[in-house]
Amino acid sequence: MCLAVPMQVRTIEGDTALCEIDGVTREASLMMVDGVEVGDYVLIHAGFAIEKLDEQDAQETLALFRQILADGGGAS
Amino acid sequence: MKYSEEFRNPEVARALVARIKALAGSFEGTMCLMEVCGTHTMAIYQHGIRALLPEKIRLISGPGCPVCVTPVDYIDRAVALARRPGTIIATFGDMIRVPGSTSNLLREKALGADVRIVYSSLDAVAIARKNPQQAVVFLGIGFETTTPTIAGSVIQAQSEGVGNYFVLTSHKTMPAPMDVLTADPQLQVDGYLCPAHVSAVIGADAYRPIAEGRNIPCVITGFEPLDVLQGVEMLARQLVEGRAQVEIQYSRIVKPEGNLKAQALLSRVFEPCDAIWRGIGNIPGSGLRLRQEFAAFDAEIALPVEVEPAVEHRGCRCGEILQGMIRPGDCPLFRTGCTPENPVGACMVSSEGTCAAEYKYGVD
Ligand code: SF4
Repeated sequence: MCLAVPMQVRTIEGDTALCEIDGVTREASLMMVDGVEVGDYVLIHAGFAIEKLDEQDAQETLALFRQILADGGGAS
Repeated sequence: MKYSEEFRNPEVARALVARIKALAGSFEGTMCLMEVCGTHTMAIYQHGIRALLPEKIRLISGPGCPVCVTPVDYIDRAVALARRPGTIIATFGDMIRVPGSTSNLLREKALGADVRIVYSSLDAVAIARKNPQQAVVFLGIGFETTTPTIAGSVIQAQSEGVGNYFVLTSHKTMPAPMDVLTADPQLQVDGYLCPAHVSAVIGADAYRPIAEGRNIPCVITGFEPLDVLQGVEMLARQLVEGRAQVEIQYSRIVKPEGNLKAQALLSRVFEPCDAIWRGIGNIPGSGLRLRQEFAAFDAEIALPVEVEPAVEHRGCRCGEILQGMIRPGDCPLFRTGCTPENPVGACMVSSEGTCAAEYKYGVD
């Protein structure tokens, strides 16, 4: 039930954003997040953006995965 | 940017599994890891994570599905409200098949009640706006991911002067049941995979009393297969190294302090109260109810109805499932008397319930 989907903000009008992912668009309230801009990824749950996706952190996690792959897993 | 694919890379998954196996190999005894989030339950079954892990690592599901932990008398009150003349029930879809003592909302709908499935509490406010002569009751369940959205709907209804919008609340908060389960000597939890989106709101620091006070490692984990595997790896590493800390695997969303704006919205509208968890019982301070100043929106206060006496279903072992004591296969009704089409207990109704997940994906 706590499922939330990352979507990209297309337009913002007042406290409402139009968000899109894979061609699906949905309106979401921005009541809970500050400083959202067009182009940002936000996590949408039950009609509300609950958090902004931190691209830098996402990239760091992916870099760690690449490192794990390079290490062949066994080494740690 | 396509994040989802990058978090499903099978080669990285194999490398993570190799790391987990190495860690488990260097550990004496078994590691019993509990997830307390219905979306994790689903993800673990769906991606067959259990089959990938060494035997020494046992993944168990806890009370992570808000629908499943909702007590039967809440459903009975929702049914009584559905029967009330001039009332529209608006709810998330999972709730309509949850069995009450003698009925459920789907049955009431078939008998003529106005029960509508909505995606958001704001949709329910919109229904109220369009139907000023009717009382619109939204079924407010969920953990801290969802509760701020309900708070938002109450604020919106208040600011627009929508006087016929009501919420029947049964909100619950997260670290409390984990603490209770940790203290249970029958259940040896060695580590927690903490819920992803609940933590987005409450923040990682909320689990520090469990990690630091009870000496149980906590890792906040995302829902993609690599997220779950990395979360397990981080827990196994803490156990091997004898640490008990709160770590964030899902750092692209979750911060130590959480979402302060969502927390402020939540505490403006709601206040803590005791709450009954199906299967666990009363946990002091583990629920949220509307504050006094929002009593006009509280369906329980504003729309009094007579509610039938609560009867739990005989034979259903949801209570033990929700505490991670037994697996669905241990329930004699599983697959025979209890199926998603004809659910006996809430764990079979909700798509995120442990019984429903095991029914759909099988044991691995
Ligand atoms: S299989 Fe059905 S009856 Fe048995 S515990 Fe699960 S929900 Fe309850």
